Amino acid sequence: MTEPLIELEDVSYRYGDTSALEHIFLTVEKGEFWAVIGPNGSGKSTLIKLILGLIKPLSGQIRLFGRDASDFREKEKIGYVSQKSNAFNRAFPATVREVVRSGLVKKAGLFRRYPADADEKVDSALSAVGMEEFAERSIGDLSGGQQQRVFIARALISNPELLVLDEPTVGIDRKHMQSFYNMLGRLNREKGIAIVLVTHDVDTVSELVTHVACVNRSIHFHGPHEEYSRQESEIRTEWYGHAVRRVHHGSKAADA
Amino acid sequence: MITAIFDYEFLQNAFASGLIIGLVAPALGLFIVVRRLALIADALSHVALAGIAGSLFLSQNVIALAGLNPLYLGIGSSVAGSLLIDRLRELYKSYEELAIPIIMSGGIALGAIFISLAQGFSTDLVGYLFGSVSAVGREDLYTILAVAVITILFIVLTYKELFSMSFDPEYSRAQGISSRALNIWFMIVTALVVAGSMRIVGILLVSSLMTIPVAAAMQIAKGFRQAMLYAAIFGELSVLGGLVAAFYLNLAPGGTIVVISILILLLVLGGKKLVASRNTARNEEVETGEL
Ligand SMILES: Nc1ncnc2c1ncn2[C@@H]1O[C@H](COP(=O)(O)OP(=O)(O)OP(=O)(O)O)[C@@H](O)[C@H]1O
Ligand SMILES: [Mg+2]
Repeated sequence: MTEPLIELEDVSYRYGDTSALEHIFLTVEKGEFWAVIGPNGSGKSTLIKLILGLIKPLSGQIRLFGRDASDFREKEKIGYVSQKSNAFNRAFPATVREVVRSGLVKKAGLFRRYPADADEKVDSALSAVGMEEFAERSIGDLSGGQQQRVFIARALISNPELLVLDEPTVGIDRKHMQSFYNMLGRLNREKGIAIVLVTHDVDTVSELVTHVACVNRSIHFHGPHEEYSRQESEIRTEWYGHAVRRVHHGSKAADA
Repeated sequence: MITAIFDYEFLQNAFASGLIIGLVAPALGLFIVVRRLALIADALSHVALAGIAGSLFLSQNVIALAGLNPLYLGIGSSVAGSLLIDRLRELYKSYEELAIPIIMSGGIALGAIFISLAQGFSTDLVGYLFGSVSAVGREDLYTILAVAVITILFIVLTYKELFSMSFDPEYSRAQGISSRALNIWFMIVTALVVAGSMRIVGILLVSSLMTIPVAAAMQIAKGFRQAMLYAAIFGELSVLGGLVAAFYLNLAPGGTIVVISILILLLVLGGKKLVASRNTARNEEVETGEL
């Protein structure tokens, strides 16, 4: 058996006096597709930042690809799309190509130029998200949803084994959202990329994900998707004060 | 003028220094502008003033230091100021901009003290405040050249990282780029360029050469590389035009350089508007034609 991609063992984190996460255990294996759900302020983004090494846990241990997170250097194995990706300044002078290429910054190495095939890689990453025609456009001239796809391309360009996305569909309309999630599903099934997706659209992704983690300061539930379906109405009642009726039931086999 | 350059060494020094600064200051300035750090260049130049005034004062009062080139203490204090700003920004994390007025007023205060302590270096000082065509020596030129080599090496070697950090700081940290180390180097190089540009454009106008050509370039550039290219071209045009005008009209080059760079900015803005209104006019024509 190969090492898990992510292992959190009894991890806690606090911002000053506010406890954000308590005693988190989580294991993400190769090829899995996780949905991380929870109400606003429940610590989802904090969990993501811990995984990426942007913040250090107060206690507990985080292992990435079998290595202690603080010793983990191969960051190009993890693609990241943050919740605030399109918070950048619209007047920033950069082409889509330049932005996507910057996803190779770690792979290329300090003091080195981008590799000779960087342009090809940009093109194929852009066509994976259906944005190949926009390569030479200014990033600020795109719509919010288009920008978000560019940031996914930036995350994909280094051929990551793990994709971490924090509410990536902010600003994407319904129609594109579905096709966006389908794209994630394809990446997961066809390329075997493991995905950790923070989202509020549980229903939309329910057909695609293999596992669900419900976060509210601590993890209330984590496990295969079918089990989550069984307990779902209780979890939702507890969080949102009312049971949400699901339109369809996806009893997806864990085919990953 | 062309022949004058061959005749006078001081003109060679001024023009060579100007050409170097006209390239380097806007190129680094692009990163400063997109990272919203324009005020830092201003703060550092005022710290450099303290160094220059201190050096002039020392030269007056300590015989061993009579021949000291003020540029060195200017560079030294500006680099020290950049490290201080970096520390203060760490200290007041959620009020990063607080560091700038503290350092800036500190620089002016020290400068004021040295200036009032010393007597009679007003002409020297005016040269540092607004730039000078005649006062640039060979030693200045070589120092400026060294500053430029360091700056260009820094930009070329860390271009990827600088771009990534400027565009999306969180993402570049998630990629494992050490923003802390890069930031400190960035501040040091900025301090070097600020101090190096001072001889030509003057303390009070250094930050303009780092920002105005960039502002014009950002109006028309599509990408980052293109913005850097345009910024450098506009910088060179401003410095060349400004030095020629300063020499013939006997004016302070800082003033003429900055006025020309503003004229370029206005031309770019006007030209852009013209193109845009032409385009809409053409579109309207097409639309009415279709009716
Ligand atoms: N930088 C910060 N400083 C102080 N407290 C913070 C900070 N970031 C988050 N918090 C607190 O930590 C808790 C968890 O925040 P987090 O951003 O992880 O929530 P989230 O689940 O991502 O919410 P959302 O759905 O709104 O994105 C919240 O109570 C929040 O107030
Ligand atoms: Mg969040």
